[in-house]
Amino acid sequence: MARISGVDLPKEKRIEIALRYIYGIGPTFARKIVAETGVSPDVRVKNLTEDEVYRLQNVINQSFKVEGDLRREVSQDIKRLIDIGSYRGLRHRRGLPVRGQRTRTNARTRKGPRKTIAGKKPADKK
Amino acid sequence: MTRSLKKGPYVDAKLIKKIERLDQANEKKVVKTWSRRTTITPEMVGFTLAVHNGKKFLPVYLTENMVGHKLGEFAPTRTFKGHSRGEKTTTVK
Repeated sequence: MARISGVDLPKEKRIEIALRYIYGIGPTFARKIVAETGVSPDVRVKNLTEDEVYRLQNVINQSFKVEGDLRREVSQDIKRLIDIGSYRGLRHRRGLPVRGQRTRTNARTRKGPRKTIAGKKPADKK
Repeated sequence: MTRSLKKGPYVDAKLIKKIERLDQANEKKVVKTWSRRTTITPEMVGFTLAVHNGKKFLPVYLTENMVGHKLGEFAPTRTFKGHSRGEKTTTVK
């Protein structure tokens, strides 16, 4: 059982892919970590030796902020924006897109499911 | 895209001059400014600036945390607060 940074890696996947299940590690970092440790990117997680798991964990600990630490950092950054009363903080507070995207349509990721207003005519369909 | 580091942060020349003068005189007066695009620098911390939002000057007290942001970020230009209540919200489809 390979457990890295408090995350169980899927046994059947290649290590290069499996590393991405850790919050904060995407394709680029996964590739870098594998290269740095000298582990072949093609080994399945279940076939990793103890030593390889140890080396991967070491590299991650040294050079990356992952999981809880990273989540905390992100939420602190957001909290700072809110506390200083900036426009971006305001958008976070309201749950609207922060980076100037349109909100007339779309923006569903931030706004959540549509809340239809009763009595409002649906847009014309020609 | 971020601004070139070579240039350094943008600060309105007149505004920073005014603040420096106030700093030397040890006065903390509210300075009116239209320069929303000015980056907040460490020298400006502790001052209160009245930043124009297109209509009024909103007082902004500058703190340590605000360094690196622009003045305009702290003076919202839009007034929309949400739609009026009363209309029932129902989920359709």
